[in-house]
Amino acid sequence: MKKNTTAEKDFFAPIKAWKFLFKKPVTIKVPYVKREAAERYRGFHINDWEKCIGCGTCAKICPTDAIKMEEIREIPQKYGEKPQRPVIDYGRCSFCAMCVDICTTGSLKMTREYVHISKDPEDFIFIPTEKGIHGIENVPIGWTRDENSDLLELERVEMEMLQGSERVKSFIEYVKGYSKEQAMHEAARCVECAICTDRCPEHMQIPEYIKSIWKDDLNEALRWLMKGKESENYFGANPFSGVCGRVCTHKCEEACSLNNRGEAIAIRWLKRYIVDNIPEEDYGKILDIKPSPKNKKVAIVGSGPAGLSAAYFLATMGYEVDVYESLGKPGGVMRYGIPSYRLPDEILDKDIAFIQALGVKIFVGVAVGKDIKFEELKEKYDAVFVSTGFSLGRSTGIPGTEHPDVVQALPLLREIRDYLRNGGAKPKVPKSLVVIGGGNVAMDVARSIARLQMQEYGKVDVKVTSLERNYEEMPADMEEIEEGLEEGVKFYPGWGPIKVKVENDKVIGVELKKCVQVFDENGKFSPQFNENEKTFLNGEMVVEAIGQAPDYSYLPEDIKNKIEFIRGRLLTNEYRQTSIKWLFAGGDIVNGPDIIHGVADGYWAARGIDEYLSQKKEG
Amino acid sequence: MGEVKFFFGPNHPGMHGNFSVHMYVEGDTVVRAKPVPGFLHRGFEKLMERRLWYQNLALVPRICVPEPDINEMCYAMGIEKLAGVEVPERAQWIRMIILELARIANHFMSFAGIGGPLGLYTGPFWGVADRDKILDIFESLTGARIYHMYIVPGGVRKDMPPKIQDMILKTLEYIESRLDDYDNIIFKNRIVHTRLKGIALLDRNTALEMGVTGIGIRATGVPYDIRKIDPYLFYDKVEFEVPVATEGDAYSRLRLKFLEIPQSIKIIKQALEKMPEGKVNVPISEGNALRFRVPKGQVYVHVEATRGEYGYFIVSDGGEKPYRVTIRGASYPQTLYGIEKYLPGTRIEDVPIWLDTMGICSPEVDR
Repeated sequence: MKKNTTAEKDFFAPIKAWKFLFKKPVTIKVPYVKREAAERYRGFHINDWEKCIGCGTCAKICPTDAIKMEEIREIPQKYGEKPQRPVIDYGRCSFCAMCVDICTTGSLKMTREYVHISKDPEDFIFIPTEKGIHGIENVPIGWTRDENSDLLELERVEMEMLQGSERVKSFIEYVKGYSKEQAMHEAARCVECAICTDRCPEHMQIPEYIKSIWKDDLNEALRWLMKGKESENYFGANPFSGVCGRVCTHKCEEACSLNNRGEAIAIRWLKRYIVDNIPEEDYGKILDIKPSPKNKKVAIVGSGPAGLSAAYFLATMGYEVDVYESLGKPGGVMRYGIPSYRLPDEILDKDIAFIQALGVKIFVGVAVGKDIKFEELKEKYDAVFVSTGFSLGRSTGIPGTEHPDVVQALPLLREIRDYLRNGGAKPKVPKSLVVIGGGNVAMDVARSIARLQMQEYGKVDVKVTSLERNYEEMPADMEEIEEGLEEGVKFYPGWGPIKVKVENDKVIGVELKKCVQVFDENGKFSPQFNENEKTFLNGEMVVEAIGQAPDYSYLPEDIKNKIEFIRGRLLTNEYRQTSIKWLFAGGDIVNGPDIIHGVADGYWAARGIDEYLSQKKEG
Repeated sequence: MGEVKFFFGPNHPGMHGNFSVHMYVEGDTVVRAKPVPGFLHRGFEKLMERRLWYQNLALVPRICVPEPDINEMCYAMGIEKLAGVEVPERAQWIRMIILELARIANHFMSFAGIGGPLGLYTGPFWGVADRDKILDIFESLTGARIYHMYIVPGGVRKDMPPKIQDMILKTLEYIESRLDDYDNIIFKNRIVHTRLKGIALLDRNTALEMGVTGIGIRATGVPYDIRKIDPYLFYDKVEFEVPVATEGDAYSRLRLKFLEIPQSIKIIKQALEKMPEGKVNVPISEGNALRFRVPKGQVYVHVEATRGEYGYFIVSDGGEKPYRVTIRGASYPQTLYGIEKYLPGTRIEDVPIWLDTMGICSPEVDR
């Protein structure tokens, strides 16, 4: 290559150049010729509003902040959804489609459109619907997520647990709990949408404590659990995090946005992981709760989740709290209802110990109404909170239920737990048992007796029958049913009891008729039967687990007359205050069908009591 | 007559990107020249520290518009090395195809770029139009024409769509058929010879001293090519040559670019043949993209861009964002150093020739 040498061009080159005149040009005449974009083109966005749950994960992954979530008034409030939809700013969008790849529901996609012309800059900021930016039906779809481009991990880290055949041999807790690596991995799946927080009755700060696990900062995680949003009066805190880490009904997991395409985050197990890995003696130092004394006293009747939660929150505010419990140990349904294979005593003790460490006094074996008059509480304390739960059983009332071998679920569970903690006599262990009911209490009875049968006779013969016609209809958690099946419990859904058959003064089983409908078209409980289709389940003992009832015998008549009851429950305002200003109520007797509702009641009641007593002071 | 100062760029048909050269001239001769970067300064490196590892995938391709995939490749390769991840074989071949297609496309753009200052406008028309054929492939393969965001840590984002192989082969066939035309219009052109031969000379020692790589160093007889000296992907499993010249002038640099095109075609064809079926990515971190974490450590990775050695120095503190990312853009040594050192004494009209044949990509400087 020498400098300035003349190009060695062919003599015929100018003639050859004419060939280009007849070649098809590579350019196209726009707009006369429409060019289709490639099939996976990343054009504008479309969003299926039916599928979208407003989780905002698209906005979080967006590298350019081009996506904002906007509240849409027309969208009805639903559990597991936020009334928000993504708004795209095409002035910022980098068209990377990560929002599509991470979308928890698969509602976001991109189109094959690449031209949008408008004089109005506002047109480039829009809320995508199924009709896209141009508002047309059947928009040509471009980039969609596939299994390779998916940015979510859809499968949860499996929880190690004993096999059904093993666990039925004892009352040992069968769920092993996560290791550090497992917990951090599971926590890494969370997208922090906080839909779980909205769904949780106590509004626990779930994404925050999950993130703390991911950061391997358990102290911070515990603070989120026990103090919630400290700046907002402990909003979202849960003093029964140890208990709820095991037996919460985990509505949060049902609402988890990952549930739409995969498996929900194991929120309950992650909560358990935090509590299990922090010794009780470290709680004080980590949480560092220093309440300022308020010189006011509050009495709490009942030491279940609602009562003790109220006690906890009141204690953190500086109130002096006394809790009265008629049974021998505190904890209510957590202590006497839930079997130890699901909730060992030491876990409950750990939670309660910290509540006591804050100065809460628990008087056990003191029945209000008997050992201490309710009126005395009014005199001795500035406010009273009642949370006595549903302690009485309900009977089907069918013939034969008066037999001593037909028992109620709650007393039986109480008996079993007392026996197992060496605090009571051995309950009767029937060779065969029929449980009537399809809820979690029925499952607890069935699985507890199955264990006792296994220990006593080496085999399980427990039959559970319910009006509900299939497992989905049954109110029990599916995992309870599945685990019961694994442990040898047999299920007979879709049958209504006619009578308990007794021969020679011995129960021999239950006669049943086919249930063809449980709820009417309005969803109201209205069982219908086929009287001609009958069956019989043999069993030498029958347990009725069809629901529980409250016991208000401790309340004086004049109090009962002043407060309002709705279908057996006390009517309160949002702060769980009854029509008697100094009387607050919560838990099962107000609205809480489970522990976490009880905790929420305790929290709001504490806030209500604080407000009431503060005003009283000012007044 | 005294010196006159005037600005070449940032807006000028001969300027390659948002860049400026302040020239002090006497008559037509450049007396002094000063590079003025910063017109496109987005602070890429700093921005990366404030974004999640995954979010940076949308940022890195923008560091070099004509060759975005190089950045994706370096970023992904660095993360993979830190995480000790083995990328599936198929993904590695796909990456090679992309990088070589990008190389061809970039060279076409360079032919187009040289057309402006030379007044040879057929070059730009052809170069841009033929580059578009490759962009069509990118569109089908990655979903985007320019910023592909396709090479991700652990592999590539999606598998190749059906029939893409045919599309690639047809395009390569077309490009091969066009090479004679390019040879005729550019390399056997008297204007090109007059304007490029012996112009913007760079000798071997200076090139080595300045850290010039790529075409710049290869035009001085040094066969320095990362694909050969430190093979990444499967460059050691394919046959290709690295064209080398000795003149060190603008013409030889442009000619080398042209000679690289058939080599890239050769590589792509081999890759298409050797590419097995199978997975195209593996997870490199637990959980979702928001919780993507890279193990603690630091790494320097480099690849051969059309302009030379392109490297990423990545430091991870084990967190959700990079602790530090520093980029060795190939343009830097040959532009910033070269402009001050080599433009004095040249004629004004030769300035863009230096910039084009050395291969400047201004965002890469403004990182």
